[in-house]
Amino acid sequence: MRAGVPFALAAFVLAVSFGVVAEPVMGTGGALALSAFAFAGSAQFGSTAVIASGGSAGAAVLAAILLNSRYIPMGVALAPSLRGSPPLRAAYGQAMIDASWAMASRGAGRFDPDFMVGATLPSYPMWVGGTAVGVLAGDLIGDPAALGLDALFPAFFLALLLEGELRTENAPWIVAITGAGIALALTPITPPGVPVIAASLVALIGLRGSASREPEIKGDPVG
Amino acid sequence: MTRLADTTLVVLVVIATTALIRASGPVVLGGRALPERVNAVIVLIAPALLAALVMTETFRGEGSELMADERALGVAGAGTVIALRGPLLLALAVAMALTAGARAI
Repeated sequence: MRAGVPFALAAFVLAVSFGVVAEPVMGTGGALALSAFAFAGSAQFGSTAVIASGGSAGAAVLAAILLNSRYIPMGVALAPSLRGSPPLRAAYGQAMIDASWAMASRGAGRFDPDFMVGATLPSYPMWVGGTAVGVLAGDLIGDPAALGLDALFPAFFLALLLEGELRTENAPWIVAITGAGIALALTPITPPGVPVIAASLVALIGLRGSASREPEIKGDPVG
Repeated sequence: MTRLADTTLVVLVVIATTALIRASGPVVLGGRALPERVNAVIVLIAPALLAALVMTETFRGEGSELMADERALGVAGAGTVIALRGPLLLALAVAMALTAGARAI
């Protein structure tokens, strides 16, 4: 469990900012429910950003699904190290957050599932508690813009991008830059939410093959 | 549908799909490798989507127009911290401080 403590502290601060920004968008119950039952940082921030910008419910859900899609190859990598019945294996899957998954890797395709659960455990109460603090604090601090809170979402996404996605061998800079360009070009001319979803289509250049990578450690303390 | 019903639906569907996606690898795929091309697409989704979110969250105005305001300064500051391998929390603090500071001037 000790291995997860630094990430749990980061999770707390991020969760506070999530609570502050999500409360006016999702409501108190919505923000808390997402943190307690989805427990997936980038998907929570992403879907909230889409709704806050006026995007449709469908676009918000799609953004969350796309951001969560990395759990598919991560779960595939984890699977051979899991024993037990399907419900138990599914439960282990719920404990997958980026940092814990990466720390539980023992090389040669093996994982220590119990280490992963232990590393995730400290983050969970910090994530939910931090969200609660943020939801409550949001009412007290008045204008979030005066505190610069509206810069937190893009700064967080940039940190995930630079630390996780682009700090690897064969980093997909072209994909990121093209995605950014598509989003900027479409923002003035399409409904909110569409630019982000459209940008994800750039990933289809992976179909050309040869560029495949193993899923790697990301910067997100909570999923 | 009202806006509240809309967001409630989003919350419920995001919760359900997150759990299903996390369970899919361990249960459904059970150790079989994904086709290489599928994997190649999945690993590229996050960088494309995150880069797009950085742009829209930094440069979108009240409506759908593009604008550069104090947020851009804060995000650039956070990017500098990360590029210098500073910690995430410092990057977020710099983003808030620069944005709020520039607005206060």
